[in-house]
Amino acid sequence: MDISIRRLRKEFDRYPALHGVSLDIASGELLALLGPSGSGKTTLLRLIAGLEFPTSGAVFFGAEDASQKSVRERNVGFVFQHYALFRHMSVADNIAFGLRVRDRATRPPEDVIRRRAAELLELVQLPQIGNRFPHQLSGGQRQRVALARALAIEPQVLLLDEPFGALDAKVRKELRRWLRELHERTGHTTVFVTHDQEEAMEMSDRVVVMGQGRIEQVGAPDEIYDRPASAFVHGFIGDSSALSVTVDRGEVFLGRRSLGPLAAGLPDGPARMLLRPHDLELTAQSAGAIAGRIAAVRRHGGARMIELEVGDKGERLEVAVPASTPICPEPVQAFRPLRWQIYPAG
Amino acid sequence: MTAALLPRFAAGTLPRLRQPSVLPGFGLTLGFTLLYLSAVVLVPLGALVAKAAGLGISDFAALATDPRTLAALRLSFLAALAAASINAVFGVLVAWVLVRYDFPLRRVVDAVIDLPFALPTAVAGIALTALYAPNGWVGQYLAPLGLKIAYTPLGVVAALTFVGLPFVVRTVEPVLRDLDRDVEEAAATLGASRRQTVFRVVLPALLPSILTGFALALARAVGEYGSVIFIAGNIPYVSEIAPLLIVIRLEEYDYAAATALAAEMLGIAFLMLLTINLIQAVGRRRLGRHA
Repeated sequence: MDISIRRLRKEFDRYPALHGVSLDIASGELLALLGPSGSGKTTLLRLIAGLEFPTSGAVFFGAEDASQKSVRERNVGFVFQHYALFRHMSVADNIAFGLRVRDRATRPPEDVIRRRAAELLELVQLPQIGNRFPHQLSGGQRQRVALARALAIEPQVLLLDEPFGALDAKVRKELRRWLRELHERTGHTTVFVTHDQEEAMEMSDRVVVMGQGRIEQVGAPDEIYDRPASAFVHGFIGDSSALSVTVDRGEVFLGRRSLGPLAAGLPDGPARMLLRPHDLELTAQSAGAIAGRIAAVRRHGGARMIELEVGDKGERLEVAVPASTPICPEPVQAFRPLRWQIYPAG
Repeated sequence: MTAALLPRFAAGTLPRLRQPSVLPGFGLTLGFTLLYLSAVVLVPLGALVAKAAGLGISDFAALATDPRTLAALRLSFLAALAAASINAVFGVLVAWVLVRYDFPLRRVVDAVIDLPFALPTAVAGIALTALYAPNGWVGQYLAPLGLKIAYTPLGVVAALTFVGLPFVVRTVEPVLRDLDRDVEEAAATLGASRRQTVFRVVLPALLPSILTGFALALARAVGEYGSVIFIAGNIPYVSEIAPLLIVIRLEEYDYAAATALAAEMLGIAFLMLLTINLIQAVGRRRLGRHA
């Protein structure tokens, strides 16, 4: 089921949480809504589910306008951050709930419901726990039960709100891989919300980066990382440092030193140059290089991170060099930028 | 280390009253609790039981099965059960409205709930009698319908309902407030109607607190005296409650009968509350510790 979101706007008490967002989600896609808290990502997810109603705009499921449908008519599987399991019901009853509440005409017979619950427990790899109660399960198990419960109604769309937010790092990593595999097997159109960029990059086909109630960029993980559309995305995704530069007829100046004609087509005036730590190279030449004083050196996994103090404003630039690189005794070093992004300031 | 220092006490042979805990003061608090409970509850009740035991079995049996006594006990407990049941239904409704909706004068309504706690029960009894008497504000409209409330067992139920309401409201309210909204939202995404959500998800989650409120309202109703004696009419065998009969026996200097009736009430009340507690214990085991 493909989903089309048209100019969706949501205000809470006159305070806009979402400013006219449009987005197309392809059938069978695994899409991540990524952003810092307050970016509107959860609001967008709840609007798709029908748990909130938009101030204006529409959500289409296929060709059908779902905006006027209530949450129970939309047939979406929703997995809540804190699982929201019914704690007075056994695991099997939790999973069967969505089938048991159907009206008599569409409700499967009881033995079919029970078999279906068992199958779903098998699918989420918890075959033996049907008779247990939610409080007897670990966080990761509860999350999988919540997913099985959402899948039981054969949803058109699967929506997950910070699905791994409350789990510890190791379980989170396992569940991520597992969910990705499950998605490939079942092929549901899946949208999940996360503030963890690693999670978004690793799991999804496409990432929607959101900030302050707007979509900043939509794209495949590579595209988002390599060609960020705005300084916000560049700063939010991956490590990066920003330098204040000036653009003059396509030529970029750091202080009074020219870095070369790096910004063709950009308007003249102050700008921000964003660089990732790995996209700089140690050089002996000073032409077109960024020179600075080494302020600190840290070991970071397989790399050595150098903090370079640049310019008279004391801006810090992070540079990663292989750990084998000898650190010169000279405190001043020059680095040549290999890849960068320049965005007009403001 | 500890095991080596205490070699003689193999596991299980040392009576372990207290589990090691990071919370200090177990001995002190338990000691105080036992002392306090003894002084305030157990000693007076123990004296009552001792006094009743002094009667001898045949005397006690004769007093306990006196028809007037049995009628009074029946009325007291049945009326209390009815009142607590009514409160269990409408108290939940009141708690629901107070927690879930915002309306003008909500704070006032909230405060009014507690009035039955604060009002001298005799005042409540007189007010209810004035309302429900055949010439009262409400009674005059019910009388033509053949419905008599004051001076009948119905009046007893009305008074007990009045005094018991706050117990249910105040025990259910905080639990309902803490109930996560996402559980109800989950039910809705799974296709449950509002009605199904309330009956299958919300009420089962509230059940332990409803039971607690029910038990409290029941206990209060069984012991209630002041408000009932005004509205009940106190006709022997018809609308005479057990606590009143105890007072009547005392005024007749018939201490033996009063003691026997009191001991009987105590026994029945204890069994009822024990049953409710057992039901709750079973529920807790299913729901986990935080139920």
